[in-house]
Amino acid sequence: MSYEIIGITALWIFLYGYLIVASVDFGAGFFAYYAKVTGNDHIINKLISRYLSPVWEVTNVFFVFFFVGIVGFFPDSAYYYGTALLVPGSIAIILLAIRGSFYAFENYGSKQSNVYMFLYGATGLLIPASLSTAMTLSEGGFITEINGTVSLDYLALFTSPYSWSVVFLALVSVLYISATFLVYYAARADDQKALQLVRKYALFWATPTIVASLTTFIALGQHNPEHYDKMLDLWWMFGLSVAFFMIAMWLVYIGKYYGWAFISVMLQFFFAFFGYGASHLPYILYPYINIYDSVTYESTAIALIIVFIAGLLLLIPSLILLMRLFLFNADYVKGKK
Amino acid sequence: MFELDPVLMSRLITAMTLIFHIIFATLGVGVPLLICIAEFIGVKKNDEHYRMLARRWTRGFVITVAVGVVTGTAIGLQLSLVWPNFMQLAGNVISLPLFMEVFAFFFEAIFLGIYLYTWDRFKNPLTHWWFSIPVVIGGALSAFFITTVNAFMNTPDGFTMEDGQFTSINPVAAMFNPATTSKVLHVLGSSYLTVAAILASIAAFSLLKKRQSEYHKKALKLTMTLVFVFSIVTALAGDISAKFLAEHQPEKLAAAEWHFETEEGADLVLFGWLNNEDNPIGAIRLPGLLSFLAHGDFESEVTGLNEFPEDERPPLWVHYMFDFMVMIGMFLIAVSLLYIIVSRIKKWDEHNKWMIRLLFLSGPLAMLAVEFGWIYAEVGRQPWILRGYMTVDEAATRSPQIGLMFFFFLALYIVLGTLCVIVLRKLFKGKPAEEELEKKYPTIEEGDKE
Repeated sequence: MSYEIIGITALWIFLYGYLIVASVDFGAGFFAYYAKVTGNDHIINKLISRYLSPVWEVTNVFFVFFFVGIVGFFPDSAYYYGTALLVPGSIAIILLAIRGSFYAFENYGSKQSNVYMFLYGATGLLIPASLSTAMTLSEGGFITEINGTVSLDYLALFTSPYSWSVVFLALVSVLYISATFLVYYAARADDQKALQLVRKYALFWATPTIVASLTTFIALGQHNPEHYDKMLDLWWMFGLSVAFFMIAMWLVYIGKYYGWAFISVMLQFFFAFFGYGASHLPYILYPYINIYDSVTYESTAIALIIVFIAGLLLLIPSLILLMRLFLFNADYVKGKK
Repeated sequence: MFELDPVLMSRLITAMTLIFHIIFATLGVGVPLLICIAEFIGVKKNDEHYRMLARRWTRGFVITVAVGVVTGTAIGLQLSLVWPNFMQLAGNVISLPLFMEVFAFFFEAIFLGIYLYTWDRFKNPLTHWWFSIPVVIGGALSAFFITTVNAFMNTPDGFTMEDGQFTSINPVAAMFNPATTSKVLHVLGSSYLTVAAILASIAAFSLLKKRQSEYHKKALKLTMTLVFVFSIVTALAGDISAKFLAEHQPEKLAAAEWHFETEEGADLVLFGWLNNEDNPIGAIRLPGLLSFLAHGDFESEVTGLNEFPEDERPPLWVHYMFDFMVMIGMFLIAVSLLYIIVSRIKKWDEHNKWMIRLLFLSGPLAMLAVEFGWIYAEVGRQPWILRGYMTVDEAATRSPQIGLMFFFFLALYIVLGTLCVIVLRKLFKGKPAEEELEKKYPTIEEGDKE
């Protein structure tokens, strides 16, 4: 396998990791606020904060990994995306900063306030919406380079049905992933009341998720037919994705094996995300950046891959330790520790 | 609305982010070491005061870590958003240390999470202490990796270049460029020094508020001892840095010293101002000392600024930044030495009011010195972003919205800074350590149980 393929695969895995852990986090923020508004906060908010407290920094790091890695492997992306994304990127940073720091301030510092809960819920939706713009832009047609000046066509972006369908898909996916994780976590904690509530959320958000996936598929077909055709070649990946979606929903519906249900959700997104990613290649930004022309020098690529492997060897045991102490420690989950 | 020069605004936005971030980055590197030392003493001496110190420092630390994380994410992304041309070129090289920095930080964050939530969870108190070690190492490694990037910008190395493109790259050689050793030593030493000084100031502040408690006296003794140790380390690292500059980046040293003509036995110029002919007025001149600083020999030759074309000279106001930084460094050595001497002499009271007031100054001054040092390091590199290869003008984004973004980020940092102070005050106000100690450890024996 060539370096550029290894590089983009590793980065895509990071982005997938971020997609899952960040969705759980963002969605939890929304549910926490929603529960407060509807007067259910005493049921689930303790559960949510028990999960999020030890892992919030970890979530952020996945994202940093991705963008440092993509600039490392494909430095041209810094030039094109960096220039075009100045405004949406800055807004995303500010939202992430508000969310991260407020989270710490409130949890380690003082009691929860309404303003904080609102911001926590609102940023949980606004961040995925703004980050998903990068995905839309990668399809081409929005970023233009004229006489060496890179610019972003905001009018085209805001009037494109594809752009809005991606935002919609991002939002409902976040809520769906988060809800199914909370179902599993509530079951682990043996918290029946919370379980019933989040199970309702999970079942509710399943339909919009599959509808949004389909509309995004169709909108992409109109926006970038070339990519759409390549996606059809990988139809079996998307087929598997739908199959895992059905398994997940069946399990949640019958109320058994919630752990397997969440794994199915992860697989559902794994196949959809990698099917999308694989068919997107060779372009990182259509038509300006493709992985073969803009890959970094061989020595840097090898060094990055070595560091990546060494880093994983260090981090995976650490993460397992963290999870054993918190996420999957039955006493901790149940709030006894 | 904002007809401001994009290059100027790019520089301002980055300067602002770094000035804000460096406070929290310094704390992030230094506090884990202090916590680790305090807990170790606490466990070894079985002294609950020290363990409470570690606990309370950690509690405050997580708040500042959060701000460090989010501002660090901001500067990481701003590198690409504000300096896209720089990253397109240098990304080929510096992505390696940046990537490793993220790993190091990840490592630190994981173990900080574990450390934070596992007090009293292990039978052997030393087990919990062990979890502080990876936090200390992770913090130091983060500082190391990110400093290699800054070093690379000052003395780029490890590549060959043709027609504005790199032709061959050795990313490891780029990391270990000539500036790396001196910079890393200086950054690590000054971070530990600054944090020790800040925590000493907190202890001094508490003692000034008439809490003549053992707890704060012990805190002061520990932190002031460390201030002394690390102020010596930092001064030595500073000396190494000056010798490095004299050899590899002479224009930066010359600008800091207002040293225009290449000469032997050069004087060290302290403060003063420049007249129209660029002659220092009202300055203190220390004969031959610049030569000594640059090469360890009072008679040696020091390259002057006139050797460099005018458009490649850094702004001359960095002189003040350099002088303030050095003065504060000297002050910290002196004040910590004074404290140690006074506390050794039985007849004298090291906790007298004026002594404590003096000690209180060390924290804020140390943090100011870090800021001055970084301003000198960054502005002293101008006009280059990658010395000898790319100027900041060439590197900056052309996007006119950068001016508006500046105000967005300004608002963000004001909010974050204010909230951070409010939250920290809330966290400790009305909760003195003595009360907490009594609650936690009615007797030493019970303190050792789970």
